[in-house]
Amino acid sequence: MRAAFQTLLALMLSVSLTGGAPALAQNAPPRIVIGPGVIEPMPIAIPTFIDEGGAGEYAREISRVVQANLEGTGFFRTIGEEAYISRITSFDGGVAYEDWKAINAQVLITGAVSVSGDRITVKFRAHDVFNGTTMEGAALQFAGTTQGWRRMAHKVSDVVYSKITGEGGYFDSRVVFVSESGPKNQRLKRLAVMDYDGANVAYLTDSASIVLAPRFSPTGDRILYTSYESGFPRITLMDVGSLERRSLDEQPGTMTFAPRFSPDGSTVVFSLEQGGNTDIYSLDLSSGGLNQLTNAPSIETAPSFSPDGSQITFESDRSGTPQVYVMPAGGGEGTRISGGAGRYGTPVWSPRGDYIAFTKQNEGRFHIGVMRTDGSEERLLTASFLDEGPTWAPNGRVLMFTRETSGAGGQATLWSVDITGRNLKQIPTEGPASDPAWSPLLP
Amino acid sequence: MTLAAKSLLLIATLALAACNNPDRYGAGGGPGGAGGAGGAGTGIDTTGLGDPNNPSSIAYFNQRVGDRVLFQVDQSTLTPEGRAVLTAQAQWLMTNAGYAAIIEGHADEQGTREYNLALGARRAAAVQNFLISQGVPANRLRTISYGKERPIEVCSTEACYSQNRRAVTVLSAGAGV
Repeated sequence: MRAAFQTLLALMLSVSLTGGAPALAQNAPPRIVIGPGVIEPMPIAIPTFIDEGGAGEYAREISRVVQANLEGTGFFRTIGEEAYISRITSFDGGVAYEDWKAINAQVLITGAVSVSGDRITVKFRAHDVFNGTTMEGAALQFAGTTQGWRRMAHKVSDVVYSKITGEGGYFDSRVVFVSESGPKNQRLKRLAVMDYDGANVAYLTDSASIVLAPRFSPTGDRILYTSYESGFPRITLMDVGSLERRSLDEQPGTMTFAPRFSPDGSTVVFSLEQGGNTDIYSLDLSSGGLNQLTNAPSIETAPSFSPDGSQITFESDRSGTPQVYVMPAGGGEGTRISGGAGRYGTPVWSPRGDYIAFTKQNEGRFHIGVMRTDGSEERLLTASFLDEGPTWAPNGRVLMFTRETSGAGGQATLWSVDITGRNLKQIPTEGPASDPAWSPLLP
Repeated sequence: MTLAAKSLLLIATLALAACNNPDRYGAGGGPGGAGGAGGAGTGIDTTGLGDPNNPSSIAYFNQRVGDRVLFQVDQSTLTPEGRAVLTAQAQWLMTNAGYAAIIEGHADEQGTREYNLALGARRAAAVQNFLISQGVPANRLRTISYGKERPIEVCSTEACYSQNRRAVTVLSAGAGV
C-alpha cells in the first residue's frame, strides 16, 4: 500500500525545478525529478572551458559537447554567453555567484582543459549558484588520450546530469546498430557502432550478407547478432576489439536469431527454429550447453533477461496474436503480461528492473511503449507508420528505437524518447539506420 | 524477335541467374568495413535457367509451374491456390530428380523483425511439409526465412503486402541440399 502510494506520488510529480525559490538561509540544491508532466528546462551556464595549456580547440569542443548533452535531455536550457555578466578566467579563481544568480543560472559549470602530447586532462566543477557552493561530488578531473576527448565531455555531462536528476548518467555510452543502404527490396546492411549521440561511427562488418539486431554484452566488449553469412540466419558472436566473429550454432536445418546476453554475460538466450516452429533456447557460452526454455507449437521469440537474471520476458503468439510473457530464467510456461488491444513484441527489460519496453501494433500504427513488469501502467510513448525494437539507455530512463517511413522510398532512422514520452528526437546518422542497441555506461 | 526484346530477355535471364545462391541477396556488398571485404557467403553459384519451353528447365519451373505461393495476413496455412501450385511443384521435382530446392519464407512489413523471421520460417516449412507429403524426398529441400528483409514489392499497401507474404521455391542443380 505504502509502496503503491509512493509510486503514485512519484508519477504525479512533474519535473520540478527547485533552488530558484526566493533565497532563505539555505536553498534546496538544484534538482530535477524526472516524471510525467509539463517541463520547464532548468537554466544552466556552461562558459567555454579554460585552456590551461595546449588545449586549443579541445576546450571549446568539450564545452560544446557538454552543452549539447545536457540540452539534448530536454531538462536544461543553456544561457547564451552574451548574457554573462562576469567571465570565468581561471579555474581555481573565485566565482562571482551574484553575477550568475542575476542571469538566473541555477547551475554553473566551470572547467579547464590542458593537453600535453597526446594526453588530455579535463577538470570541472558544477556550482549550485543560489547557494554559492560547489555541488557535492561534482568537482572532478578526467585524464586520457586526446582521441578520447568526447568521452571526457560525456563523463562531465554524466556527473552533472546525475547530480541534478538523481538518475544514472547515459552519455558516455556507445550504440551498436545496423547501417542500411540501397533500395527497399535489395537493402544492404552492415554493423556499425557510434557514440550515443551519433558521433564517432565505426563499421564492424561489410554489407556482403544481411545482419540483424546486434546486442552488446554487459561489459560492452562483445556483440551478438544475427548474420546470413553462412547463407542461413545464425546467431553470431563478435569481439569488438579484434572484430573476430564466430557462429554460435551450427545445427543444420535450423535457423537461429534474436540473441541476447544474460546480465552476467555467461549465457545467450535466443530463438531457434526447427521445422517451422520457433522456441527459445539458452546457450552456456563456456560449456556450449544448450537448454530449451519453451516448448510450444507457437512462435516464441525476442527473449530478454531481467537485470537480476532470474526471469526472461519474451514474445509469443500462443494466444493467437503476438503478446508479451514473463517466465523463470530456467524456462517454463510463462505468464502473459500484455493485456491491451493490439499486438505486442520485442519486450526488453529495463536495466533498472522497473519497466519492460515493447513494440505495439494497433489499428495500422506502431508504438514504442513501456509497462510495469506485471503489465500494469502501460504507456505508449510514440506513434508512427513503423516504430520498433526499443533499447534502453544505461540509466533506464531513455529509449532508442527504429522508425521506418512507408512506401517505396521508405527508410529507417534512429530515434530516442524519454520513458515519459517527452523529448522525441532523431539520432543523426550518415545514412539510414536500424536496430540500435545501447551499451552499458563505459568504465 | 526484335533486338530490344532479345536484350530484355537476356537481362531478365541474367537477373534470374544471379538468384540461385542461398545467400543471393547478400552478394555485391560494396567496400568492406573493419570486418574485411568479401568474406564467406559471397560466392555465386551459377545454374543455367534453360528454355521455358523445355519442361525440365528451371525457367519452365519458375514460369509455367509457378515458383511461389502467397499467404493471408499472419497465416502459414496453404490456400487452395497454393496447394495446386505446390502439387505441380512436387510433380516437377519428382520428375526432375537432379534439382534441389531452398524454400524461402517471407513476410510483409507489418510486424516486428523477429516475429516476421519466425513467421517466414513457418511459411517455408508449410511448403516443405506439403512437398514432402506429395513424395518429394526431404533431403532435396531446405528452408530459410528472410522475414521482412526482402520484399518483392515495395509499396506500403495491401496490394504489395499480399505479394510479399510468400514462399518461393528456389531451384539449384544438385540432388541434395
